[in-house]
Amino acid sequence: MREVDYNTIVDSVARLCMEANYFLGDDVVKVLNRALEKEESETGKDILGQLLKNAEIAKTEKIPICQDCGFAVVFLEMGEDTHVKGNIINAINDGVKKGYTEGYLRKSIVSDPVKGKNTGDNTPAIVHTTIVPGDKIKITVAPKGGGSENMSEVKMMKPADGIEGVKNFVIDRVTRSSSNPCPPTVIGVGIGGTFEYVAFLAKKALLRDIGQRNPDPFYADVERELLEKINNLGIGPMGLGGRVTALDVFIEVHPRHIASFPVAVNTNCHAARHKTTII
Amino acid sequence: MPEFIKIKTPLSDEDVQSLKIGDSVLITGKIYTARDAAHKRLIDLIEKGESLPLDLKGQIIYYVGPAPTKPGYVIGPAGPTTSGRCDPYTPVLLSLGLKGMIGKGVRSKEVREAMKKHKAVYFAATGGAAALISKNIKAVKIIAYEDLGPEAIRELEVENFPVIVANDAHGDDLYEEGAKKYRK
Repeated sequence: MREVDYNTIVDSVARLCMEANYFLGDDVVKVLNRALEKEESETGKDILGQLLKNAEIAKTEKIPICQDCGFAVVFLEMGEDTHVKGNIINAINDGVKKGYTEGYLRKSIVSDPVKGKNTGDNTPAIVHTTIVPGDKIKITVAPKGGGSENMSEVKMMKPADGIEGVKNFVIDRVTRSSSNPCPPTVIGVGIGGTFEYVAFLAKKALLRDIGQRNPDPFYADVERELLEKINNLGIGPMGLGGRVTALDVFIEVHPRHIASFPVAVNTNCHAARHKTTII
Repeated sequence: MPEFIKIKTPLSDEDVQSLKIGDSVLITGKIYTARDAAHKRLIDLIEKGESLPLDLKGQIIYYVGPAPTKPGYVIGPAGPTTSGRCDPYTPVLLSLGLKGMIGKGVRSKEVREAMKKHKAVYFAATGGAAALISKNIKAVKIIAYEDLGPEAIRELEVENFPVIVANDAHGDDLYEEGAKKYRK
């Protein structure tokens, strides 16, 4: 059994929180530059230019890309031959606290959804844990903003709805979201599993780098088709009209019950924040 | 680069009526921050007949909750938040003389009608361009509800703050018109 020090986890999570908030992924910068060439609307071009300039300032000055520094969503892959001295969930939360405090990141978490006050340190994190073979710990921090999260939805469809039903639901969701999730967006889609698991799939889909297709050619084609259809909606940057509404669409699937056909759409803004470390 | 129209706060009815959807505007002067939590408190005061911590006449409210200020900076990154959360409170503020709002995302029918009635304009700022936008903010002062943290009401001194007219006082809506123009 490999022993990992509590503070190693704390410091790694703190660093990932800051890096995810300061540094827009190279994949997003690249696709924004391509979008700028493709965009026909003058307003749209102006907005895409602002997003690129913003990313440059955030990176150089080490300040957050967006004032909404997100809910700290953490994907933890825990090697079964590893042990963290103390409790790893506590260590992750201490890391979030440290990262958000020392990194001048906005604290956006309310302690109780109805009666609560701001917790003041952006904890607790949402931690999704998977036990994997080996003695390594893989931690991904994916801060998630509220504006785009609010434009997400789970729908319990009928198996008869099939892939066409999925496509219609995704397009309808993006249409109704309109300007609210700060387009250009990244769209995560989950298909299958159960009510709660399909939402997890849609969230997990958002961890992919822009351009990374589903390994199954069938779903890869659906991703391409959905992206084209979304960009034909005309919503455009910030919803003010244009050619570029989404930067990519990612689908994740899972076996389902014979009676169920759950589908989830998790919307992300252009700040598709996620940083990973392996300990 | 678009051609910018420069305006100064407070806004007059003439300023507001000259603006049309799609105009790129640079705002200079004092503007006030408030998100839905601060709006709720303002409305509570109005309902109780008490005076407000700011005079709304001719002013612009910016829907924003900035990130913390790093040492040596005026303010942390400060991009717009979703305006729709303030929609239930906005018509009352417009009836008290509020002339402009800055945020992101579509407004409700009620807000659009109240904007037409009371002559007001809604500007879209670029969501997610928070670091860039903060460079146009030259001074900050908390004027109410400090306990709300990032949601407190702040007076911002802005210079050439870049926005786009999304809804004008004539009832036009760029969200609708823009999407119509580029839909395939």
